[in-house]
Amino acid sequence: MNTEIAMHPNLALHHEETYEKTVFGFWVYLMTDCLLFGSLFATFIVLSHATFGGPSGKEIFSLPYILAETFVLLTSTYTCGFLGFAARKKEKTKTLLWLFVTFLLGLTFVVMEVREFVLLVLEGNGWSRSGFLSAYFTLVGTHGTHVSFGLIWMLVLFFQILFRDFTHDIRRRMMCLRLFWHFLDVVWIFIFTFVYLFGVI
Amino acid sequence: MTHNALFGKLTRSAFEHGAIVMGAGILMLLIACAVIGFLTYTKRWKWLWKEWISTLDPKKIGVMYLIVVILMIFKGLIDAGMIRAQQALAVGAAQGYLSADHFQQIFTAHGTTMIFFVGMGIVFSVSNLLIPLQIGARDVAFPFLNSLSFWLFAAGFLLLNASLAIGDFSACGWVGYPPLSELEFSPGVGVDYWIWSVQITGIGSLFGGLNFFATIFKMRCPGMTFMKMPVFVWAMLATMVLILFAFPILTATLLMLSLDRLMDMHFFTASGGGNPMMYVNLIWAWGHPEVYILILPAFGIFSEVVATFSQKRLFGYVSMVWAIIFITFLSFIVWLHHFFTMGASANVNAFFGAMTMLIAIPTGVKIFNWLFTMHHGRIHFTTPMLWFLGFVFIFTIGGMAGVLLSIAPFDFQVHNSLFLVAHFHSVIIGGVVFGFFAGFTYWFPKFTGFVLDEKLGKWAFWLWITGFLLAFMPLYILGLMGATRRLSHYDAGTGWQPYFIVASVGVILITIGVGFQVLQVFHSWRWREKYRTDTGDPWNGRTLEWSTASPPPLYNFAHVPEVHERDAFWASKHRRSPIPPYEDIVIPKDTPIGMIIAAWSFVLGFAIIWQIFWLVAVSMLGLILSAIYRLSEKETEYVFPAKQVFRIEHGDRYAP
Amino acid sequence: MEEHFKKATARSYTFGFASCIILTLTAYFLVFYRLLTGYALILTLSGLAVIQAIVQLVFFLYLGKERKPRINLLTFLFMALVLVVIVGGSLWIMYSLNERTMMTHPKSPTERSR
Repeated sequence: MNTEIAMHPNLALHHEETYEKTVFGFWVYLMTDCLLFGSLFATFIVLSHATFGGPSGKEIFSLPYILAETFVLLTSTYTCGFLGFAARKKEKTKTLLWLFVTFLLGLTFVVMEVREFVLLVLEGNGWSRSGFLSAYFTLVGTHGTHVSFGLIWMLVLFFQILFRDFTHDIRRRMMCLRLFWHFLDVVWIFIFTFVYLFGVI
Repeated sequence: MTHNALFGKLTRSAFEHGAIVMGAGILMLLIACAVIGFLTYTKRWKWLWKEWISTLDPKKIGVMYLIVVILMIFKGLIDAGMIRAQQALAVGAAQGYLSADHFQQIFTAHGTTMIFFVGMGIVFSVSNLLIPLQIGARDVAFPFLNSLSFWLFAAGFLLLNASLAIGDFSACGWVGYPPLSELEFSPGVGVDYWIWSVQITGIGSLFGGLNFFATIFKMRCPGMTFMKMPVFVWAMLATMVLILFAFPILTATLLMLSLDRLMDMHFFTASGGGNPMMYVNLIWAWGHPEVYILILPAFGIFSEVVATFSQKRLFGYVSMVWAIIFITFLSFIVWLHHFFTMGASANVNAFFGAMTMLIAIPTGVKIFNWLFTMHHGRIHFTTPMLWFLGFVFIFTIGGMAGVLLSIAPFDFQVHNSLFLVAHFHSVIIGGVVFGFFAGFTYWFPKFTGFVLDEKLGKWAFWLWITGFLLAFMPLYILGLMGATRRLSHYDAGTGWQPYFIVASVGVILITIGVGFQVLQVFHSWRWREKYRTDTGDPWNGRTLEWSTASPPPLYNFAHVPEVHERDAFWASKHRRSPIPPYEDIVIPKDTPIGMIIAAWSFVLGFAIIWQIFWLVAVSMLGLILSAIYRLSEKETEYVFPAKQVFRIEHGDRYAP
Repeated sequence: MEEHFKKATARSYTFGFASCIILTLTAYFLVFYRLLTGYALILTLSGLAVIQAIVQLVFFLYLGKERKPRINLLTFLFMALVLVVIVGGSLWIMYSLNERTMMTHPKSPTERSR
């Protein structure tokens, strides 16, 4: 009969394992999100000519505007990288600064997109006009919703870092946020190409 | 429908129903009252909250899934009985006892209940109960997500059952094809109930798939490489892969249908540029992997049961693994066989037909391997083994019908006939349900400490298999005679009635069989001292779960096992090893937030269905705030001291 | 994953960023100034999109740079395979169905099928 009782578990190792597990799990979630977007993309392509007398992409997309949106998002992905470097080195002020800049850029992107949507609706080309427009609003809108959730996440993280510094929980969630943010820009590449560029030709 | 700012579309008429539905609603209410009364009388509310609602222990979560599964089996079986009764009676001048609309809601509810709540419930019940134990882990990868997954599943279950009392349910079949499921042809709330209960439970399933995928990848005990895992774990890994890559398609498709209905979009509408065929395409791109999600766990269970009750190593481990991998891969490229008749070209039909035929091959390999395992084994014809043998017989019949159906010209004759219905019930009941019963009777002693009575189990089995044959063999014939599915009435000149009557007798026998199963559980519990198993290993098992006490302690293993071969426990139980020192164990803190987030989801679903817009906003906010609260919690784990582990391992089970 | 990123530098990030800008602008100008048409345009644009996606996956998401076993890469590849099958398969099926069962799309809400 064994009476030996060992000392406390290695908490640092445990946190490291949790970090790895969680980041892996989040990556897997992103992979499932790819299939969600894929289904929306497939539907968009199938409905891309279902204009039902309404406008086609050519008539409603303004390429320069979309290019600007694209650069805003791309830049926010770039600043997100510097956010990561600062966080890795646990430099609080730098992290909060880069987080704020990334948030602003993301917010700009969302505002630009909402403006585009509102203009379309006001001129009578809303999502009920045709199958094409339903698919357009839903695909681009789902991406925009994801971005908006990312913004909320950034806000929460901002205040958590401000008040609690870099706990292991916060480091873990920061990593997941960065993966999320980069992933959203990868999806946008396909929206930019297959919705906007293809829509105009 | 009238719309009101405070109550949306919800009016008093939502509570008014015909006699049968009223009766069912009142029965549900009485059961709920009985449960509430019992909890109050025995002062168990705090216990319920602490021990079950807040639990993050996968063993308990597995039991909760099991409870929902059992409740939904009863509901689904009643639906089935009602369908059989109507079809046996409604010939010629007789109209039966159900209106056409009610009949349609019943078969829709039957399918939805069985696939999403019984089938997926079984998947996650066995996952929670067995995966950590079989891989030598103490927990799943994401314990909180596990709790959330269950409660989302429960929220979907509640929403489905709420439709019985408040409003009505969809009448569009369990896959809800547009344009029938669009607003134009189904203006009521029924389809919305269907969409949101399935959507919410689907998200729970997706999270569950993620969790167990990560668990199997990242939390196997030292030494357990992939090729040393039990075949059950391989089957579950494949199931999780299918869930991960199929369920997002369902989420997207239901989203689009709900947008059509809620925001007047035109994805699948009959006009406006919509394309209903795209819905059919997408829903089956999910739907086919879904049926493999249902069957693979059953295959995994049978691999365990056959090996244990033949007292022999499973034959052909490597080919079993490859068969599982091929089935997984192939299930993604066959989905068109669900709509051969929709009008695609011969090339398209031929390609998908050929791919479908291919899937029969790895499945056949598995069946032969199980039979070869039995060959020269010391076979114990226990109840689990009987369920396996029944499976071989019935599943093979259904599978052969499936191969017939994979031939497009043949399918053109019997698509959506009772032949199809007989096929999928053969494989689902023969496979999933019999697999579930085998697993239930096999693992029951592990989680309770006592075995189930064998005699009653055998009675249940024979009633089930006889009942099944009587209920479904006539349907193959009816289908070939031209009987379509989902008919609430038919002409006397068809000559179909005798077959429907035989089928009804079959359902009655199945119901008696279920009665014996209920009796079996109660009887065994009542006399549990007689049935108690002291060793934790009543069947002389081969895998790691049998190495723990019955029931296993909170932390599963006092010492994380170290594995050197397949059938790890079989090898180690014949060796004596010294016991290393006990360690402190890190355990996640229980929390009710999973349930709370799911409760908000239920309210959100209900609010969307009835278009109570202020409530939609409030519940969305509640949901997001609850999630943020959880993600801001500082201490989500605690340390379970080694001293307590020592006390529990040495017999003091209830040490605080 | 943090350890895998020890190799990440501001330089590799900037290189990724610059490449993406160039790829985006190339695609944009090809369309805006109609420098290519027809299948050539479609293939080139698709190619540019895929390349940019790979650049972002490699330089921002560190795909393929993990220690073995490269689970993230494997999961990604399997997802990509399923995606190609589902999207490609759906387009093949829907094209066939539309061709064989749909009349040419109604031009306006008032046009009726005969």
